Amino acid sequence: MVAGAERKLGPSEMWDLVQRRGRPLVPYLGFLLIFAVFGITEHSKGFTSGTNLRSIVEQNASIGVMAMTYVFVLSAGEIDLSIGATVALVALVSAVVLEHHGVLLGVLAGLGAGLSVGLINGLLTVLLRVPSFLITLGMTSVVGGIGEAMTNLTSIGVPNQHFDNVFGSGTVAGIPSLFIWLIVVLVIAHVALKGSRFGRHILAVGGNRDAALSMGLRVKALRVSALVISSLGATLAGLLYAGRLQGAVYTLGSTDLLTVIAAAIIGGTSLFGGRGSVPGALVGALLLGMLQEGLVLFGLTVPDQMIAEGLVVIVAVSISLRERAE
Amino acid sequence: MTPSPEVTPAQARVIDRSGAPALRVEHITKSYGAVRAVSDASLAVWPGEVVGLIGDNGAGKSTLVKCIVGRTHPESGAVFVGGVELHARSPEAARAAGIEVVYQNLALVDSLDIAANLFLGRELTRGQGALGRIGLLSRRRMRAEAARVLQEFGVDLGRASLSDPVDRLSGGQRQGIAVARAIVWGQKVVMLDEPAAALGVEQTENVLGLVERLRDQGVGVIFISHNMDQVMHVCDRVFVMRRGQTLGWAETAAVSTTDLVGFITGALPLHPATEGV
Repeated sequence: MVAGAERKLGPSEMWDLVQRRGRPLVPYLGFLLIFAVFGITEHSKGFTSGTNLRSIVEQNASIGVMAMTYVFVLSAGEIDLSIGATVALVALVSAVVLEHHGVLLGVLAGLGAGLSVGLINGLLTVLLRVPSFLITLGMTSVVGGIGEAMTNLTSIGVPNQHFDNVFGSGTVAGIPSLFIWLIVVLVIAHVALKGSRFGRHILAVGGNRDAALSMGLRVKALRVSALVISSLGATLAGLLYAGRLQGAVYTLGSTDLLTVIAAAIIGGTSLFGGRGSVPGALVGALLLGMLQEGLVLFGLTVPDQMIAEGLVVIVAVSISLRERAE
Repeated sequence: MTPSPEVTPAQARVIDRSGAPALRVEHITKSYGAVRAVSDASLAVWPGEVVGLIGDNGAGKSTLVKCIVGRTHPESGAVFVGGVELHARSPEAARAAGIEVVYQNLALVDSLDIAANLFLGRELTRGQGALGRIGLLSRRRMRAEAARVLQEFGVDLGRASLSDPVDRLSGGQRQGIAVARAIVWGQKVVMLDEPAAALGVEQTENVLGLVERLRDQGVGVIFISHNMDQVMHVCDRVFVMRRGQTLGWAETAAVSTTDLVGFITGALPLHPATEGV
């Protein structure tokens, strides 16, 4: 009675089942497809070389981290426009403090700055009952302004070997640090979202806030947490940028927001809450990075790439919207 | 009003009212701006009793339920569960005290699966101590328990499986899940707001059967419905609301379906709402 799996399915039901079960695989198949296309057409240009593939992952590590943590904010039915500004602030604060007080304090200061942005975003959203869209839009300007004022628009170098080892081009036991960060965030974020009570409540709040309230979930705390998590992702992303580039400048992360949202949505996270996939977001980020790299090898200019990325975002979002309408 | 297949007026059942009521609500008032949605409403239901809550649309029935469980906050009034005042007024506190509600909108999260909805806010987790505090879900146990519960309560999932999101289900199946959830967790009081509104004949019978079963287990049940036949069939007493006020109550065994309409329009007198409470 309950499972009912024994009955025979008609062709239309089979197709429905394939669509339903197959949907989560779309980002992975898309990834493989793009990889195959560039691998074949640009093999002679070295697309599939180990160095190139490693550099694609490393260049997109920050985007990947942010996309994975952004899944929480979208799943909770919120949005965070301030991640780009937070990236720059964290990188700058860390660089400035690190210069005089060492690596540990530098990293802690960056963490404190990023955490503060997340808490302010979350608390203002919940307490003022203003959509996170507007709060984080305002905070983008506030945080960006602080970053620019702090350094007078100059860049700051981070000539520190330890910092570089941990957050930049270093390796641990032969594995590049950036890979390790990606894997650590992947595992923790995935288990938190799909395997823990916290993640389930995040999905519930984003899926149906009214039901979440009726069922006694701590909706306000969950919404704040979601915004804090996206800020923490931006914080780590800022540190990774500072490590990889061995310096910080106020423009860091300023063009990342759209890419991060696109990566999350391509990976199967709903723009409207209730559904999210952490591994999907990482694959989405790598897919977009690979696309960009492939287009460069094709000889496309930076403006061309911008146009291409914008189109990809529009396609991804419209697919997401269509699914919601159904 | 569609008559249900077997309209049998409730027999006058003897209800032990010597102990504390399962739920007692006193003088609840809730306004939205200048509108008094609930005005000095009082009611009580004893363990093993089914109390109907009837009244026109907009009489304040759903708002009163929301006030009781702290889903909205009334200006004044008190709620007692098993004789103990419920001080913290939030859905979390109400659920912890053993009160469950089947909301009119069902309060299901469409994107989550059936088991997740049944256990929402009550998830089973793995491990104890520090590990338990992380709150790792025990999905297997929740699925197994969900399958058992749905089978027991006669919720037929048809072709759907427990891992399907509930937006794949029919209206009747969704209602069945919401009702099953309330029954599983409602230790003291279960309030059902139009629980059979979207249901066919057979499913309606099933819901009414579950209400009787809850009653027989000693739970206090509040049953909101516009279907007077259902009310007569399953309720021991009815409380009548009109313009936010609880006009009073009557025993269903002593009145007719026509009388209920008279109560709602205010044409017939009732026992005062606080009498015998």
